[in-house]
Parts: sequence; structure tokens; C-alpha cells
Amino acid sequence: MSLDADLTLRRGDLELRAGFAVAPGEVVALLGPNGAGKSTALQLLAGILPLDAGRVELDGVTLDDPAAGVHVRPRDRRVGMVVQDYLLFPKMSVLENVAFGLRSRGLPRDRARAEARDWLVRMGLDGYERRRPGELSGGQAQRVALARALIVEPRLLLLDEPLAALDAGTRPAVRAELRRHLGGYDGCTLVVTHDPLEAMVLGDRVVVLERGRVVQHGEPAEVARRPRTDYVARLVGLNLLTGTASGRTAQLPSGAVVALAHDATGPVHIAFPPVAVTLSPRRPDGSARNAWPLVIADLEAHGDLVRVTADGAVPVLADVTPLAVADLGLEPGGQVWASVKASEISVYPA
Amino acid sequence: MSRRTADLRVPAALLIPAALGVAILVLPMVGLIARAPWGDLPSILTSDEVLTALRLSLVTATVATGVALVCGVPIAWLLARTALPGRSVLRGLVTVPLVLPPVVGGVALLMVFGRRGLVGGWLYDTFGVSLPFTTEAVVLAQVFVAMPFLIVAVEGALRTADRRYEDVAATLGATSWTTFRRVTLPAVMPGVLAGAVLCWARALGEFGATVTFAGSFPGTTRTLPLEAYVAINAGDSDVAIVLSLLMIAVSVTILIGLRERWIGAA
Repeated sequence: MSLDADLTLRRGDLELRAGFAVAPGEVVALLGPNGAGKSTALQLLAGILPLDAGRVELDGVTLDDPAAGVHVRPRDRRVGMVVQDYLLFPKMSVLENVAFGLRSRGLPRDRARAEARDWLVRMGLDGYERRRPGELSGGQAQRVALARALIVEPRLLLLDEPLAALDAGTRPAVRAELRRHLGGYDGCTLVVTHDPLEAMVLGDRVVVLERGRVVQHGEPAEVARRPRTDYVARLVGLNLLTGTASGRTAQLPSGAVVALAHDATGPVHIAFPPVAVTLSPRRPDGSARNAWPLVIADLEAHGDLVRVTADGAVPVLADVTPLAVADLGLEPGGQVWASVKASEISVYPA
Repeated sequence: MSRRTADLRVPAALLIPAALGVAILVLPMVGLIARAPWGDLPSILTSDEVLTALRLSLVTATVATGVALVCGVPIAWLLARTALPGRSVLRGLVTVPLVLPPVVGGVALLMVFGRRGLVGGWLYDTFGVSLPFTTEAVVLAQVFVAMPFLIVAVEGALRTADRRYEDVAATLGATSWTTFRRVTLPAVMPGVLAGAVLCWARALGEFGATVTFAGSFPGTTRTLPLEAYVAINAGDSDVAIVLSLLMIAVSVTILIGLRERWIGAA
């Protein structure tokens, strides 16, 4: 009883080949940059686009199997969809929007409306029945869209960038509310987003999609701690290097050597936070065995700190205080030594 | 912006033909107004012939618009939303009357619906019904020339409407008919209205196909344009002028109404 998807589609520049599963009651966040194929994946799952190849199975029912000629129409799928701009029917009242699915399934108007009213109360929208979608705030419109999708009891709920249309001020509250509503839903939920925070907060699991492929999946904490691609590392704010380990050292493709705190062998990822990087004008003498001469490429304000991008045999991001920038006289093009303690470095198989 | 326009020197090679063109477009209307028998206007407008023709015109144009809506909106939907094979051929066929001389349409209608025509022969033999030279023939001729305006307007509206609303409706379990009725049609309603108004105006002004297919019988087929033509042929230019002014008033009203609709929608 779950969603099992294996999606293959070629369309323009996009070559999608992605497989993932969602358990009942589970929220999976599909995280990826623009153009990775996230929204296309949703359209495939909703049945709006047909698969080239692969298979979609929901609650043991095959929805798509192009090889066997199976394609269940969107309206027979029991898949609900909430998109970024909500797409509430503009000419209908809020109540008619929510009742739409039940009316479409042949329920008499009075019963459909009564049930829609219950949903509005549950969503905290009591008294909004007669409003038009244009009169709602972003957060309210989202709740109406959610109620409209959930009232027909879908087995799979698809959310496409559900918070992207909101302004930054209201986003945290709506996100927390959405999280609460999703917690009460026993079907499978797939949330598409390009925002790592959204993925981490909403998702029980995160699936990272890049250029049409799943490059990483796991629990949010796992993905945040152990990124496997530069994209994910940048999202979670870690330095990520890839090399080959042997004992307490790992060699990078550039030839540089990284000292490790524990033994490791074979291809590894090496991750460390920018705040663990110390910059100094000369080679440090202390306990740090990892010290690399680098050239500063960029300086950028990053909260209270300054994020320094430095290039060399081991390209790193370092977060230092504005005071350190002044003391060290850091500027683009300048030379600097970067050092990291082996104990700050996390190493895991590539 | 306005300063740039003001500074622009208009070359005589453009200005002179433009002025000539404006004269061709505007002078006839000025002439009509100048020659209008303003004093006799009320009596001419309320004369039996004029009132009969006016009533016939309003009824037939309105019925023709109704028929065009019932048939034209589905055609526009087929053209905009489906991947029918031969769709571009269909689009070509249904929009041909836009460029066809109306008289040709009238002749063609006569060939098909005439008492010995393809369909007309069967109609007459089976039901004893003969279409030509009846009020129904007037409506048919008007539908033939005016429906393409509606189809083009509605298809355009359908193409610019956001189809994702229809996708959402489908995921909510709506059939394609329910989706059309409750989601698509309300969304394109401004386009449908604009198309219907254009269609009605075109039907109201229809002459060539009507006179060929339906003839010019007072009370049954002699609509306003035919009445004006008959009047001028009979040397009664006052009636012709008044009828013309009446039709200009209707056209201008529609143009202004449509413009405000479009501006209001933007």
C-alpha cells in the first residue's frame, strides 16, 4: 500500500529517469534545481503526461505501464494535486471550489456543499464559503487548494512548490500549518521543491533530483549531514570534496592530500562546514594537519560572517568574522592558507 | 513617449496616401450624415416597411448568433483542445467564409438546400420542406457568413486560457464535459461574448448570401440591408439613408462596447 514509481520520459532537453517510493502517511520531498524534472515527474504521476517507459503503481494498482499499454486517466487515479499558484477556479466561490471534486463524482449539491463546509472548518476557513479566490491571502488560498484536493480522498497527494508563491514573511507560518495538515493525512505525499529548508521541514524523507536522475535520497538529517553532490552540499552549506581514501589520508583528483581522523578506504566523500575552516597568512604550525595554500576568489556577506570562496588544489568555502577579514587583509586575488582539523571532517563512502 | 511621437517628421510619401485612405473611409459616412433627412427621420423610422425589416433583422441575426454559439463553440474547442487528424484542414474549411464573397456562399447554399439540391431535394421529398426564400434561409445564410467570426474569437480565447485549470479539474475526477462546462467555458466567457457580438453584427449586415439564397420578400426575407438596397433602387434615397444610419449606429455601438470590454479585461 504505497506509491512505487519508475519514471522515464524524454522531452526536449529533459531526460528523466527516476525511481522512488513513498509509503502511506509518509511525506517525501523531491528536491532539485530548476529544470531537474521535478514538475514533470508530478505531471507523470498525475497522469497528465504519459510515460515513455517505466511503471507507476499506487496501492497495488498499476496506473502506468506503457509496455503493457496501461495508462489510467487523471480523473480515475485518485491523485490530488496542489500547485504553486493553487489554480483555484476563479469564477467559483471558495465553497464551490472545495465541493468541485465531490460534485464531479456525482454527489448531490447539498451533500457536496455540506462536506466542503466541514473541510473549510477543519482548515480554519469558517466563514470564507462565499469568498472568491481572488479575495484570499496566499496562505488561505493554499488551504482551500489543499481542502479541494483532499476532499475526494486521494491516495497520493502531489504538492508542486506549495510555498513558493508566498512572501517570505508568511512562509514559516504557512509551512508549519501545511506540515500539520500533512501529518493528519494517511495517503502518500510528494512535495516538489527547490528550497532545502522546505524539503527538510516538510519531508520525512528527501529525494534529490538533478538533471532527471535521483542523485541522493534519505532522511533529511542524513542528506544534510552527508551530501553526495555539489548541488546538495551547496544547499546544506557544506564543503564537499571527493577522493580516494587509504588509511588516515585521502587523495583528491588534483593530487592534494586530506588527513582524516579515522581509517577509510576506497572512493569517499569528504565534508566539512565552512566555519571549521581557519584562514591564516602563513602556513599554520599547530595541530591542523590539513593546510592548503589558496587564492581568494570572492568575499560575500553571509549572516554575521563573511563567506570566503578560495580556489586551489582544494577549493573551499570558509566563514570568517569581518574582523578576521580586516586583520588578514583578505581580498580577491590574495593568497591565504586554509586549514581544517581532521576531527572536523566527516568522511563517508562515495 | 509623446514627445518622441511629436518630434517625428512624417514623410509626405506616407502622409498623403494615409490622408487619402482616411477620406475614403470617413467621407461616405460624413456624406450620409450630411444628406440625412433629419426632419423625416421619425416618420421613416416608424414606417411599416422599416419596422418590419428591423424586426426581421433583429430576430434573424439573434437566432443566427444562437445557432453559431451552439455549433461554433464546440468547433472552436475541437480546434484548440484536441489533436484531431486533419485539424488544420478543418480550421481552413470553417474559416473560408471569412474571405469568400457572400454571393458565392448564397449560390452554394442554393445548390445544397435548393429544392433539387443535395440536401434540399431529400428534405423536400421526405418532409415537403423547402428552405430557399424563407426566413429560415435568411438565418442559414447569416450563420454561414457570420459563424467563422465566432469560431476564430473563441478558439483564440481557448488557446490563451491556462490549461492547467483543466488538468486540476481532471485530477479532481471531473469528466471532460464537466471540465468544459464548469471550468473552461467560464474562463473563456469574455472571448465567447466578443465572438457572439462580432457574429451578430456580421449577421445583421449580411446581404449577398441572403439575397441570393433567400431572396427579398417583405416580412419574410427582406432584412435591413436588403430594404436599403430596394429603397435606393426605387429612387427613395431618404429611406436608404435612414436605414444606413441605423446600421451605422448599431455598428458603432458594438465597436465601442467591444473596446470597453477589451480594455476592461486588460
